[in-house]
Amino acid sequence: MTMQPKYAIEGSTGTWEVVVGLEVHAQVISNAKLFSGAATAFGAEPNSQVSFVDAAFPGMLPVINAECVAQAVRTGLGLNARINTVSRFDRKNYFYADLPSGYQISQFEHPIVGTGEVEVELADGSTKVIGITRLHLEQDAGKSIHDQHPTKTLIDLNRSGVALMEIVSEPDIRSPEEAGAYLRKLRSILRYLGTCDGNMEEGSMRADVNVSVRKHGEPYRTRCEVKNVNSIRFVMQAVEAEAARQVEVWESGGTVMQETRLFDSGRGITRSMRSKEDAHDYRYFPDPDLLPLVLEEDWIASLKAALPELPDAKRARFIQSYGLSPYDAAVLVAEKATADFYETVAKGRDPKIAANWVTGDFFAAVNRLGRSIEDPPVTAAALGGLLDLMADNTINGRIAKDVFEAMVETGKDAATIVDEKGLRQVTDTGAIDEAVDRILAANPDKVEEYRSGKDKLFGFFVGQTMNAMAGKGNPGLINETLKRHLAAQKE
Amino acid sequence: MLTDLTIAQARDGLRAKEFSAVDLTMAHLHAIEKLNTRLNAFITVSHSQALDQARAADAALAAGEARALTGIPLAIKDLFCTAGVRTTAGSKILGPFVPPYESTVTANLLRDGAVLLGKTNLDEFAMGSSNMTSAYGPVENPWKRKQDETAVLVPGGSSGGSAASVAARLAMGATGTDTGGSIRQPASFCGLVGVKPTYGRCSRWGVVAFASSLDHPGPFARTVRDSAILLGSMAGHDPKDSTSAAVPVPDFEAACARGVKGLRIGVPREYHSDGMPAEIDALWQQGLDWLRAAGAEIVDVSLPYTKYGLATYYIVAPAEASSNLARYDGVRFGARENGEDLRDLYERTRAEGFGPEVRRRVLIGTYVLSAGYYDAYYLRAQKIRALILKDFTDAFAHVDALLTPTAPSAAFAQGENMDDPIKMYLNDLFTVPANLAGVPAASVPVGLDANGLPLGLQVIGKPFDEETVFAVSATLEQAAGFTALPAIRAGG
Repeated sequence: MTMQPKYAIEGSTGTWEVVVGLEVHAQVISNAKLFSGAATAFGAEPNSQVSFVDAAFPGMLPVINAECVAQAVRTGLGLNARINTVSRFDRKNYFYADLPSGYQISQFEHPIVGTGEVEVELADGSTKVIGITRLHLEQDAGKSIHDQHPTKTLIDLNRSGVALMEIVSEPDIRSPEEAGAYLRKLRSILRYLGTCDGNMEEGSMRADVNVSVRKHGEPYRTRCEVKNVNSIRFVMQAVEAEAARQVEVWESGGTVMQETRLFDSGRGITRSMRSKEDAHDYRYFPDPDLLPLVLEEDWIASLKAALPELPDAKRARFIQSYGLSPYDAAVLVAEKATADFYETVAKGRDPKIAANWVTGDFFAAVNRLGRSIEDPPVTAAALGGLLDLMADNTINGRIAKDVFEAMVETGKDAATIVDEKGLRQVTDTGAIDEAVDRILAANPDKVEEYRSGKDKLFGFFVGQTMNAMAGKGNPGLINETLKRHLAAQKE
Repeated sequence: MLTDLTIAQARDGLRAKEFSAVDLTMAHLHAIEKLNTRLNAFITVSHSQALDQARAADAALAAGEARALTGIPLAIKDLFCTAGVRTTAGSKILGPFVPPYESTVTANLLRDGAVLLGKTNLDEFAMGSSNMTSAYGPVENPWKRKQDETAVLVPGGSSGGSAASVAARLAMGATGTDTGGSIRQPASFCGLVGVKPTYGRCSRWGVVAFASSLDHPGPFARTVRDSAILLGSMAGHDPKDSTSAAVPVPDFEAACARGVKGLRIGVPREYHSDGMPAEIDALWQQGLDWLRAAGAEIVDVSLPYTKYGLATYYIVAPAEASSNLARYDGVRFGARENGEDLRDLYERTRAEGFGPEVRRRVLIGTYVLSAGYYDAYYLRAQKIRALILKDFTDAFAHVDALLTPTAPSAAFAQGENMDDPIKMYLNDLFTVPANLAGVPAASVPVGLDANGLPLGLQVIGKPFDEETVFAVSATLEQAAGFTALPAIRAGG
């Protein structure tokens, strides 16, 4: 059976499929660096977080930071991956001013984490499994700053030696959308685990994008690596641009050469950085300053037991126990903070109504005001209070929307706003009877039309009555009273 | 003369208040002043710091708080970083470098009350067997050929300055490092005891790296007991060195008195080398006879992969060195030669800063790690290294220690063996296998050659069994009754 790929590039010689694998560099959350005790905080004064080890002074030696190892193992477990109880550190040798020792300590042949997988959700509701090839630990380099002095380059070694996890995917990705979905899911898992903050703007997550194209059913063709792409949107654009470029090269009779390229986000194209011939010979060899990293099974088991609930499990639970739609559940679990917010709102309340409010009015307010789930315009407790007033019929849904806006604006809680503005729902049947009578009396022609079969006018009567009661009427009672009165007049 | 005392004697004299630590230090500083211009054993003499330490030692002695080395003046190979004292590694590229930290080994010595006289000369980055590659000039061996007093002999290397200083009585003991024989060969050339302990016994933290998996800090002294005292202070687990062993430090000094009764001593047949002088062979036999007479059983053993030791070493050591020395780039510390751009700065700094032997080894190391050559050289060398270790493991299933010559010759003259690097490398023939295997080994002076130059025998032990090495060494020392003195020495 041949299946048309979902994402396809129509060329002059036929339909092309794009093949993508991602190498994600994720900065490990830890107080200290991978092999030194220096701090890792972002944005510190240049060269204020540098030990003699990081600056590669003579005679300095690396000592592995156990917390970074634990973070890599947690991540491996979160990616359903094999944890290698014996791994090894190698030196990757090259000269650069921001690489003080002249080598990066990395894991080449024996990474700490082996094969795993990530399931991603796509816009059409389908899911896809993306394979993980490996995860290894390595040091970050420092930063060269070229724009502070007309003739000199300045070097900031704060980042030098910070622990990175390089997470390599299988070439299972077939579209820009899948690349984006994979990165979002990976970032979500890392954030749930607390192993990487996933902040691409600060550079704590960066992606190298390997792209090739082929006609359906062909073996892989030559790939190019687009280096250091620093946002999910740019990764998606880079896949699209690079795939299009390669199709054009092949179709114009050329050959795609293996090379490293850069994504120019301004122009939306990729540019050649260096060809395979210019590639460094990194002269990898085992770092003789470090013994093989040997992990105890018991220790791995204790890390596993302490893992938090991850997005997939949480999503399943939200569907199962709260009766949410798969879509709403996926939206709510994407960020752990959102899921936590939702669960606070939903606790002891109708979970579906809670989901509607969080994904509806609440998200709208967050986006409109440029706020975030960590800095919400209305707290989870306050939103819960609003839902309570609806549940006990103090206010109706229509008033609730106004109250919510007032909460956003004033920061007051729902009950206070309802009291101050006198928004309590009217459940006095006498008042409702009176309002309905007034509306029907004022619209004899509409009543006539309704009687002659124009049922749709029922909504008109409801709206008119609600307006007459300044929105405070209990909708159920209004419906009931209207039906009764219209039926009576019919007779 | 105070400078003739052993460490053990000086320790007793200080405690008995026969002389002060300041007296003892002054005597050595005077000797350095008198002889160092000629010997060039010290690159840096830390005169005032040494006197401060001596005064502190006297205060500790007066307060009854003396420790193992309180007031003992020592020399430190200029490969150990010393806080506030220039550390050159024998290289121009580190010429202006003053470390802001103290190596673990020297910190241990200071903790135990030692007085550090200064930093001793060495082959550049410890790469050499003659001290001729130092950027700070060659070191003269204090020993002279009987027939030719004009010939200037080398002290061996790479720890040539340490060996010369202890032999000439400029220091009571010294630290060295041994990557392929750099303690044992100079000890043999200078009539000293030199100990390369088990890999992991002494921390490498703060020692300028040559080849990380082969570098072993260790002591020089004039007696086996003194070397045991020094090693006891230098050794110990260091969490700052991942390859440091978390094992207790036994009483090495006590082990010197154990004797060899009932021990099985192995004689590796592969150490009979073709070109070896007959007198070294004879001395080896003599050593075996002494041990037999002291109650040991002599057993023939085979270490079949010994013949590949040197070739393996000259792949592994340069490979690691090529990477370890990448940090000397002129960017953060040490000497810099400015250039047109970054690459030019690197090239000028390293061409100007490194001597020819260092450049040669960096090139060899870069070559053997290169894509396409890695499997043929580096990987194969690692496999042979494992087989060499297995040789020792197999041998030690049958024997307690091995006895071999230390070096294939006595000290040679400056200029000799200089025409071909391979000739120089052959000096390490007998010492290199213990580095590749990480097993402890010592060189003990046991006799003189026809020219009146000292010769040493090498005792190799099981991993972390330095105690047996000391017991065998002390027995040889006692039997040999080595009392000859170098021509150039304090008070000489």
